[in-house]
Amino acid sequence: MKFDGKVIRYQDNVDTDVIIPARYLNTIDKKELASHCMEDLDSTFGERVKSCSIIVAGNNFGCGSSREHAPLAIKESGVSLVIAKSFARIFYRNAINIGLAIFECPEAAEGISDGDEIAADSDTGVIKNLTTGAEFKTKPFPEFIGKIIADGGLIESIRKGSVK
Amino acid sequence: MAMTMTQKILAAHAGLDKVEAGELILVNLDRVLGNDITSPVAIREFNKLGFDSVYDIDRVTMVMDHFAPNKDIKAAIQCKMCRDFCNEKHVTHFYDVGNMGVEHALLPEKGLVVSGDVVIGADSHTCTYGALGAFSTGVGSTDMACGMAIGKAWFKVPSAIKFVLKGKLSKHVTGKDVILHIIGKIGVDGALYRSMEFTGEGVSALSVTDRLTICNMAIEAGAKNGIFEVDEQTLSYVAEHSDRKPVVYKADEDAEYDEVIEIDLSKVRPTVAFPHLPENAKTVDEITEDIKIDQVVIGSCTNGFYENIKEAAEIIKGRKVADGVRAIIIPATQEIYMRAMKEGLLADFIEAGCAVSTPTCGPCLGGHMGILAPGERAVATTNRNFVGRMGDPTSEVYLASPAVAAASAILGKIASPEELD
Repeated sequence: MKFDGKVIRYQDNVDTDVIIPARYLNTIDKKELASHCMEDLDSTFGERVKSCSIIVAGNNFGCGSSREHAPLAIKESGVSLVIAKSFARIFYRNAINIGLAIFECPEAAEGISDGDEIAADSDTGVIKNLTTGAEFKTKPFPEFIGKIIADGGLIESIRKGSVK
Repeated sequence: MAMTMTQKILAAHAGLDKVEAGELILVNLDRVLGNDITSPVAIREFNKLGFDSVYDIDRVTMVMDHFAPNKDIKAAIQCKMCRDFCNEKHVTHFYDVGNMGVEHALLPEKGLVVSGDVVIGADSHTCTYGALGAFSTGVGSTDMACGMAIGKAWFKVPSAIKFVLKGKLSKHVTGKDVILHIIGKIGVDGALYRSMEFTGEGVSALSVTDRLTICNMAIEAGAKNGIFEVDEQTLSYVAEHSDRKPVVYKADEDAEYDEVIEIDLSKVRPTVAFPHLPENAKTVDEITEDIKIDQVVIGSCTNGFYENIKEAAEIIKGRKVADGVRAIIIPATQEIYMRAMKEGLLADFIEAGCAVSTPTCGPCLGGHMGILAPGERAVATTNRNFVGRMGDPTSEVYLASPAVAAASAILGKIASPEELD
């Protein structure tokens, strides 16, 4: 799969409480969750995400609560890819399970700034910073993970028979 | 190849003689847990899968604890969705208002987890049951849905950090101080993707409650699970609460660890984690300025156990909560609440000017029952102090033990229980 877009850059330890505060967890409606995404961390996110489709962050992205509402809110906001130096383990699983593409790539996370235009390919693992010309390489998705993301999540994949 | 304790449990549940770190395996689940926040998403996904029934009506477990008793209409609808699902699928272990408790205090008490089990829960603090020598870990709602359907989950076998405990805790120092000390040392991603295995002669000096508190916060160091070696205390706790037979796994003598960290329990001091990360740990001796507070919360899956409520009551009894401080006490389960009531502890709290609540996760995650206004400050025995965790994004949460929280309620500022001795 190919991803391209403008970047919103965050720091280390972006936790799931700021991605989607618990006070909004009385709903499972994806649109409603997306409307509050990141609001305690970055009040400009809702506006910026209209023109930026990629989040780049530091270490331990998605730490804290296991709420799947967090990757759901990010995906529903229109973000197609999250690149980080590292991810918290439950967030990592949840993102794949709901079909949100994520790349763990410390070099790319270091070499990409807020507002940069980037292009990434999950089949080759190549991430290009079109603004600076820098290029980074990460591991491509294993085949089954690629299928889950392409199908839109684990449940869809099981239904379609791509994951058995 | 030699295996860690966690690896042995995972291998046995995958039907394999041995596993090694990094291997992807499919594991049979002894229990699949969800709460009123995460289960509705899991139910939506489960229904898409097209299964008529859950894999085992006695192993799927749902606890209405986060926004229960229902905080608003939407929360009521979510609890109803769980209730209807459990009724329709004949789920045995559905815990609702009247018999529920904060899930990770409730499951050990009800005997639903024994040593050697593999448990997944759609709640990050599911790692608590490692205290009983089980492998337990938090997952998301989709994993819960698949677990409810087929009774299996995939895992990457973790490597581990070994914590060798020695010595005994001093007066007023508890499991909470130990885990805050450890997270302060290794950081909020210090054990990322890995197991934290606790062993050494110091283990036997820790109560089961202290161990539950320590494993509960393994996730705050990024760990996949926290786990304690099983001893006589574990086995008598399990025997007292469950009819099921525990299976005891022990790490191989020559198991490989990424790191070995020695902790001298006698040197751990009462410790407080400052906003906005659990790794911002300071001992009470390092706090030099007066930090005035507006609220104290004593409870949660970390510190709402009987032993914790008793520790707090011993400090608060016969004293008064400081002017301008709201002190909220939440025993974690109905059984703990009842015992505290019969022993007069609840009266001690109420006479001191505390509010005592029925079990709920409420304030810990900023849901209800104690939300902070802009700029307000709380000392809480909970597990997270992220931005906005207990209310307004400009409010602050300081994490501490029940003894520190109780002393702080009396003195109106962050305080050591030693100041009241």
